[in-house]
Amino acid sequence: MADPASLGQRAGELAGEAGALARNLDALSQQLALSTQQAAHAGTPFVFELTIFALAVFVGYYVVWRVTPALHSPLMSVTNAISSVIIVGALIAAGPFGLGFAKLMGFVAVILAAVNIFGGFIVTQRMLQMFQRKK
Amino acid sequence: MSESLSALLYLVAAICFIMALRGLSSPETARGGNIFGIVGMVIAILTTLASPEVVSYWLIVIGIVIGGAVGAYIARQIQMTALPQLVAAFHSLVGLAAVCVAAAAFAAPEAYGIGIRGAIHPASLVEMAIGLTIGAITFTGSIVAFAKLQGLVSGRPLTFAGQHPINLALGILLIALIVLFVMTESSGLFLLLVLLSLAFGFLLIVPIGGADMPVVISMLNSYSGWAACGIGFTLSNSLLIITGALVGSSGAILSYIMCKGMNRSIINVILGGFGTEGGAAPAGAGAGDRLVKSGSAEDAAFILKNAGSVIIVPGYGMAVAQAQHALREMADILKKDGVKVSYAIHPVAGRMPGHMNVLLAEANVPYDEVFELDEINRDFASTDVAFVIGANDVTNPAAKTDPTSPIYGMPILDVERAKTVLFVKRSMASGYAGVENELFYRDNTMMLFGDAKKMCEEIVKALE
Repeated sequence: MADPASLGQRAGELAGEAGALARNLDALSQQLALSTQQAAHAGTPFVFELTIFALAVFVGYYVVWRVTPALHSPLMSVTNAISSVIIVGALIAAGPFGLGFAKLMGFVAVILAAVNIFGGFIVTQRMLQMFQRKK
Repeated sequence: MSESLSALLYLVAAICFIMALRGLSSPETARGGNIFGIVGMVIAILTTLASPEVVSYWLIVIGIVIGGAVGAYIARQIQMTALPQLVAAFHSLVGLAAVCVAAAAFAAPEAYGIGIRGAIHPASLVEMAIGLTIGAITFTGSIVAFAKLQGLVSGRPLTFAGQHPINLALGILLIALIVLFVMTESSGLFLLLVLLSLAFGFLLIVPIGGADMPVVISMLNSYSGWAACGIGFTLSNSLLIITGALVGSSGAILSYIMCKGMNRSIINVILGGFGTEGGAAPAGAGAGDRLVKSGSAEDAAFILKNAGSVIIVPGYGMAVAQAQHALREMADILKKDGVKVSYAIHPVAGRMPGHMNVLLAEANVPYDEVFELDEINRDFASTDVAFVIGANDVTNPAAKTDPTSPIYGMPILDVERAKTVLFVKRSMASGYAGVENELFYRDNTMMLFGDAKKMCEEIVKALE
């Protein structure tokens, strides 16, 4: 005959173990979710970006072939200006508080890209102004 | 600003950029296109500034003010004839900016969400290395192109023994370094990669001659796009990827068009060594003892005045002499006298794609009088006078008849079909291809020796 006190104790132990198991399971499933998330982060976005890239190349191809040869110089200067959208990356580098190597690099890149953005668009505008229909 | 909202705004900016290029399909819509480009850029910058990563603004404002002031000043001051070197200089800045952003991403990957220092995602490392390499090549390559165009160094191709093997070895070494860098993520290798890429860009452009610059500039244009693209992949930024791809393919298409205009492969241009910029008159048989008919400005004025139609063929010589305004004055007088005047532009005339069109537009030549090679070539046969100013090789009939000529197969303007050909040239020197132009010795050709601008002014005087 087992005494009820020891039975109760064992039941309590069992419950504790079950709780621990459940916590373990929880942690495991969390880890699993995290690792699949990481796997997804490493894999899928790249394919997604590659898709964007490939489609953009095609858009560029068809749009640029339609540019009239007379405007090839403005085409160069305007593509030059818009490729300075790399300033987006520079702004993020220059954005945090404090001062460090990354921030300094970001600052330099902001200056360079800004020269290009202002210079590129203004010189394009100057050129296109000259192509107005003459009376 | 939430992530999806900024992604949406980046998409709007990307569409604006596409519209900017789309606008260039005609001069009427081009200015509207440029406005689209500016709007897209403003949206892109504001969106980034509003993102949670950007919290400190003072350095950014200083950077934009400095850069903007410099850029605006240069763009307003620059002479239209100096456009090719300006574009080359601008390309170098994009390349350097790409290098800087890659370095920033390497030093502080947390800011871009690509991992932490010492444990950057391998995919991001690959993309970073590629963006960095192309950026550095663009930087030094463009500086060499700038120096050649600006005349800081000779436009002559610089070749030395073992050049191609060295470049090949360097290229292979770069790829090996990229692999090693991705595996180790070492800062030393990062620096080495930058230095080697800089050297590679320099060596790549040095052997290419001045007259091949239209191809080089287009190629560097393309590279600057791919560099932006590589950085876009690193930062997982769709706007950068799209824009980079647009610019990259645009530059590639221009390179292709320029190569076709010279009937040369891109490989042939990159290997370089072609042409002798401003070479002396070819010595030896045939050059000295053949007769050329040379005339004065008065003779030219007389011929032009009595012509029913004139086609003007401008070349790089016109740009060098800044003769476009005097030329337009001359054309105005002729038009007043009832002469039909049009302009024929060869695809590779000048030092960048569309160079001649911009110069003529600057001199207020209406763009509907200016024609591309395909549009006007058959009109030469029914034209009284072909007035060639500062062009040479693009009119050389040897390209059609002499298979041994270095320019054989290049599409040329058929000026020899016109009743009379007037050549404005400084001397009998051959063009960049180093081949003699037999047109000079024909009976219906008259050489007008002198500076292109002075000659036009004298013809104007004689016409009045």
